[in-house]
Amino acid sequence: MIRLVKDKLAGAGMLALAGVPGLVVFAMILGLYGRSRPILAAKPLSELLFSSSWHPLRGEFGLFTFIMGTLWVTAVAVAIAIPLCLLASIYLAEYAPRRLREWTAPLIDLLAGIPSVVFGVWGVLVVVPLIKNHVAPLAGVSSSGYCVLAAGIVLAVMVFPVIVHVSVEVLKTVPNEVREASLALGATRWQTIRHVVMRKAMPGVIAAVVLGLSRAFGETMAVLMVAGNVAAVPKTVFDPAYPLPALIANKYGEMLSVPMYDSALLLAALALLMVVLLVNVAARAILLRVERSVQ
Amino acid sequence: MRGAMDHDPPIRVKNLNIYYGREHALKNISVDIPGRTITAIIGPSGCGKTTLLKSFNRLVDLADGVAVSGEVLVDGENIYAPGVDVTRVRKKMGLLSQKPYPLPMSIYNNVAYGPRIHGTKKRGELDRIVERRLRESGLWDEVRDRLHAPASKLSLGQQQRLCLARGLAVEPEIILCDEPTSALDPVSSRRIEERFRELKSSYTIVVVTHILRQAKRLADYVIFLYLGELVEHGPAGKIFEEPEQAMTREYVKGSIS
Amino acid sequence: MDARKVEEFVWKTLAAAAAFALFLSLFLIMATILAKGLPSLNMAMLTQTPRGGYYLGKEGGILNAIVGSLYLAGGATALALFLSVPIVLYLNVYAKKRSRFVLFTRFSLDVLWGVPSIVYGAFGFTIMLLFGLKASLLGGIIAVALLILPIMSRAMDEVVRTVPHELFEASYALGATRLETALKVVARQAVPGIVTATLIAFGRGIGDAASVMFTAGFTDAVPSSLLRPAATLPLAIFYQLGTPFPEVQNRAYASALILTLIVLAISLVSRVLARNLTKHIVK
Repeated sequence: MIRLVKDKLAGAGMLALAGVPGLVVFAMILGLYGRSRPILAAKPLSELLFSSSWHPLRGEFGLFTFIMGTLWVTAVAVAIAIPLCLLASIYLAEYAPRRLREWTAPLIDLLAGIPSVVFGVWGVLVVVPLIKNHVAPLAGVSSSGYCVLAAGIVLAVMVFPVIVHVSVEVLKTVPNEVREASLALGATRWQTIRHVVMRKAMPGVIAAVVLGLSRAFGETMAVLMVAGNVAAVPKTVFDPAYPLPALIANKYGEMLSVPMYDSALLLAALALLMVVLLVNVAARAILLRVERSVQ
Repeated sequence: MRGAMDHDPPIRVKNLNIYYGREHALKNISVDIPGRTITAIIGPSGCGKTTLLKSFNRLVDLADGVAVSGEVLVDGENIYAPGVDVTRVRKKMGLLSQKPYPLPMSIYNNVAYGPRIHGTKKRGELDRIVERRLRESGLWDEVRDRLHAPASKLSLGQQQRLCLARGLAVEPEIILCDEPTSALDPVSSRRIEERFRELKSSYTIVVVTHILRQAKRLADYVIFLYLGELVEHGPAGKIFEEPEQAMTREYVKGSIS
Repeated sequence: MDARKVEEFVWKTLAAAAAFALFLSLFLIMATILAKGLPSLNMAMLTQTPRGGYYLGKEGGILNAIVGSLYLAGGATALALFLSVPIVLYLNVYAKKRSRFVLFTRFSLDVLWGVPSIVYGAFGFTIMLLFGLKASLLGGIIAVALLILPIMSRAMDEVVRTVPHELFEASYALGATRLETALKVVARQAVPGIVTATLIAFGRGIGDAASVMFTAGFTDAVPSSLLRPAATLPLAIFYQLGTPFPEVQNRAYASALILTLIVLAISLVSRVLARNLTKHIVK
């Protein structure tokens, strides 16, 4: 009898705690929305999102510059990371001798855990000077090195281990017999990878890429350290950018005396949260659909 | 060309040794596989049947730490000689595995996959190939109105016949089968066997099987392996009725399994 | 040569080059951190707090950040563990397998997993304002605990989900209640997974800067209570790298090296533990 009571009690307690994740999501959305209400009431949403006039002291809070900063940096990171990661995962999962694979898998795991600030330090010490002294002159422009490209490179390198780790795992789940079926028809390894293995692994690979993308998208510190943080919409990859997370990190907590300032920054945080939510929902929908059409 | 080959055995194995790391999987095998017949490789599980089969199209290469010595001559050419184009060797042979593994695409594309990777792009030609091969494998009537449905929607038996059609589409001379009915129900198995009997007038078929009755039903020629060694080989009648080796006698009587 | 062979060669080479580039870049990062960090690393760096202010003072070390980070990540990990274990056990033992609640909770964990740490920081700070709390060790612990909760829960969930169904049945068949099954069978079966998940979460927690920026603050002193601000290694790197003084920048490099070493050590330990703890596991 006592055992059953205990069982029921523990169940109720666990249920309460199991509600925490859902509760936190709601609390975050509601909390951030609540705090950004003042600015949403004072300004139309279109102005907040699409005006690039950011003059807090004059009461102008256009976030467009920062949104573009985030998009530029994420796009560059994705453009660098996706092809490199896919090719590297294919090499490690399909071509590399087993020894090499056994050696590199834990290494990739280790690297996935390195904190983003450390990537930022590397960016400041290596990538920024490299762009300033070599890459930008090569392209015929002058740049401080603190720019979209630097941030993109640092982010790309940061998400490498994450994407590669998951992609390799996914490629390994494709049964060997499927490869054999294609090879037995006289297909080359590459034809097998391209037409059969990748196709079979596509849902998982998409998930890996989305994972990496959402990591890059919300990354704060590494970007903050190398993006330059100039409030202007970048025109080339050699221009500085000021992504949303960097804006929040730099300004939040300082400027609480300026009216509406914190409200605008929390709106930025809310925007980041909503994008993550949408990406999650969209990724799920895509995965379901891809799974259905492939399997 | 083809006429000359009919006299020579299409596959000739000479002193073949295969190691997986330290394990000596095949020990000095020498045997000829006769053309346009069904050859059954029999023996208890773990005796190297599948390894021998996969050595014919060099799929053994895919295993980690594998080492091969000796020769396998396909149409008189040693496929383990340096510089051999493995894809060309493999194109000469269709493969049916234990479980059907359709490629992750439609029924049509499964069959068209082989011809496509070998350079056939024209739609009309592909259509003809797909129909012909599906007919040959006895699947056409069941799938003709849903060629573009995913292959995974077919029943297991249908999938196995699709895999057969897929293999035939690259115009092989030889069909290699690794216990092709072990995952199928009796009716589907029977259908596959019927196909083999029909196809043997134009193809050399090699079947790995651990089902003695299947070997008796199908085989013209039998190879008996035990623990990586070739114990005996010869025409089916001889192996099943009056084997020379005591070991073979025990096995075909069902004492060893 | 045949076009297919050229294609094969080109792609294989590209793939190998990509893998090489990837490892090279990661190797270069480690080399940079080592080359910059090692010369700045000495006993004083490890045993002293910065003197004359962390931003301007040229003397002293980073003891404040090392201790602060360990306190903060330790506290956050403990808090997250206290939440994660019941959540995961509830999802896998008590709840009906595909109920809405289970799906919704897993979805929430996925969403939280993807929420940028700066959002945790900003959200945490607004909550603290609500309760009149100032930037403090406690605030940092709560923010980081929320940040690592999804990482920990999801990792554990993956492990517990692989516990064979028959094991549950065997336990129920012996007349065990769900609680007893959860604690005596499932939890024990999942111990290696729980340990690994905890360590991974600790590693993530100790390395994150954006979530503690507003919530934990920064200080020269080793925190003496939960309500005092606490310095952390990631922020020590960030702030001190930004000064014009090489002496102060050295503290940043030393912090980067120490942080990296801590994270790598944790990762290694979790690997070794995972391997050694799997003795009593039924597969």
